[in-house]
Amino acid sequence: MRPYLAVFEARTRMLLQYRAAALAGIATQIYWGVVLAAIFTAFFARSAAVQPMSLSQTITYIWLGQAMLALIPWNVESETRDVIRTGSVAYELLRPVDLYGLWYARVAAARFAPLVLRAVPLFPFALLFFGMAPPVSGASASAWLAATLGSLLLGCAITNLVHVSMLFTVDPNGVLRLTIPVVMIFSGSLIPLPLMPEWIQGLVAFLPFGGLIDSPFRLYMGHIPASDAWIVLLHQAVWTCVLVCIGRSALKRGVHTLVIHGG
Amino acid sequence: MPQIVVENLCKSYRVAVRKPGMWGAIRGVASREHRVVQALDSVSFEIDEGELVGYIGPNGAGKSTTVKALAGILVPDSGTCIVRGRTPWRERRAHVAEIGVVFGQRTQLWWDLPVRESFELLGEMYRVPKDRLRRTLTELVDVLQIASVLDQPVRQLSLGQRMRCDLAASLLHTPPILFLDEPTIGLDAISKPAIREFVRRQNREEGVTVILTTHDLDDIESLCSRVMLIASGKMLSDGPVSALREAVGGERRLTLDLEDTHTEVTHAAARLVSRDGARVVLAFRPAEVSTAELIRSITDKHAIKDLTVEEAPIEEIVAGIYREIEGA
Repeated sequence: MRPYLAVFEARTRMLLQYRAAALAGIATQIYWGVVLAAIFTAFFARSAAVQPMSLSQTITYIWLGQAMLALIPWNVESETRDVIRTGSVAYELLRPVDLYGLWYARVAAARFAPLVLRAVPLFPFALLFFGMAPPVSGASASAWLAATLGSLLLGCAITNLVHVSMLFTVDPNGVLRLTIPVVMIFSGSLIPLPLMPEWIQGLVAFLPFGGLIDSPFRLYMGHIPASDAWIVLLHQAVWTCVLVCIGRSALKRGVHTLVIHGG
Repeated sequence: MPQIVVENLCKSYRVAVRKPGMWGAIRGVASREHRVVQALDSVSFEIDEGELVGYIGPNGAGKSTTVKALAGILVPDSGTCIVRGRTPWRERRAHVAEIGVVFGQRTQLWWDLPVRESFELLGEMYRVPKDRLRRTLTELVDVLQIASVLDQPVRQLSLGQRMRCDLAASLLHTPPILFLDEPTIGLDAISKPAIREFVRRQNREEGVTVILTTHDLDDIESLCSRVMLIASGKMLSDGPVSALREAVGGERRLTLDLEDTHTEVTHAAARLVSRDGARVVLAFRPAEVSTAELIRSITDKHAIKDLTVEEAPIEEIVAGIYREIEGA
């Protein structure tokens, strides 16, 4: 584990320096949070039907979404992108480490550092001024934290698949454009998943993306009881394993046929 | 027993060919033509422990492909390659732990990190025990004179500083084999000899086997006892540097400074290379006419102020070989 932990640590340490980006991010997230909260408040006020989530729960969900935005696998890790595009991946293959593990450690840092930088300052803001509720109980809070770790690991497995695809396509933008809408819709970051139509709920529950945002947030709010946390964690773990296995075997094939041109 | 054994290594690439111009680009959408480039064509050689081997050839000859296969990052089409008892691409991780590699055109250091942190991260990747890393680093920093740049980010280094840091980085895990791919490319007259001296010491004092690919024949002349020449994927010659000279007939140069600027100097067995005022350069083969005889026959006829005899510069020899290859 030593090389991977060292890479994670070095990368995190470097990314934690990006305070200006974090400040800009916080400002954006506050803006989006206010707008989304206003939209959903209007939506609840106009609808007589009983919704599967209360307005106050939805507001909490929205602010959690803003604070934990970094969990969403919407981009690629910049160093991995650059080494593949420039051919410096040759040097990474010269290290006595597992290439998948190396990329995974790096993307984990690239998710973790901005998560800390944004979530820590946004939480008190949202709790004090924007109507976000605290976790319903200590058990729910720990279940949420565990599922957040699960979400991080799952998100890294998704991003690493995009990295591996670069060995075949060189440019990640095509794959990312296909990935982002799917992730945004099915993770709950656009509309909380319980508010989606009945007929799509089965698919939504099956896909891995709910484990990124939706289920951890609902554990926080007690919308999923803490006693059911194991279901969420198992769902995350199974999907993470599946995606890691797919990524590893594709990487193995990619490296075998890899051609690094030029000197 | 040889440390590196390569037998009949072959590798070909498929390169997409596009006809020139707009029409070519449009046709390329519908049907793409491919050309097969034979990068390695049955290459074989052996290298013993502690050798310092130069590996030369024109651009695109297959040097880098060979080095990549030896390093385990490229899988050849056929042939075998055993380095310290392992096939590099089959046991990549175990293999790469025992080699150091410098690609002169790319840095292995992290652009934004101070040099020291790059070294530390590499040490972690190779699982070098902390106290051993400190000892190795102290030595390397001292010999390569990079103490003053250790705390600078790599992007601020000059090319010469960066190359010395890259060399240090490739040796942090004290590998028994070192691959250097154009380590002196783009360096100035002070940096080059410093790098060469360092490589020589690593080879002589630490017993590191070095394979050096280069276009700089001074590197070869000052460092290597053996040189392999590859072109179009085929091994053309392999032996001592003097054998390379003999491969093109072992020409020598006779440079004459004449008393008189207008006399024609000719000899049946010598070829005029250049004439600049009173200075005349002749090329000859000792097999056809002995040096003493040539000088005697010229001094009999002409008044000479000074003369020197040298081996033909290796640049010219190799340029001659390259030209022959391209002409063939």
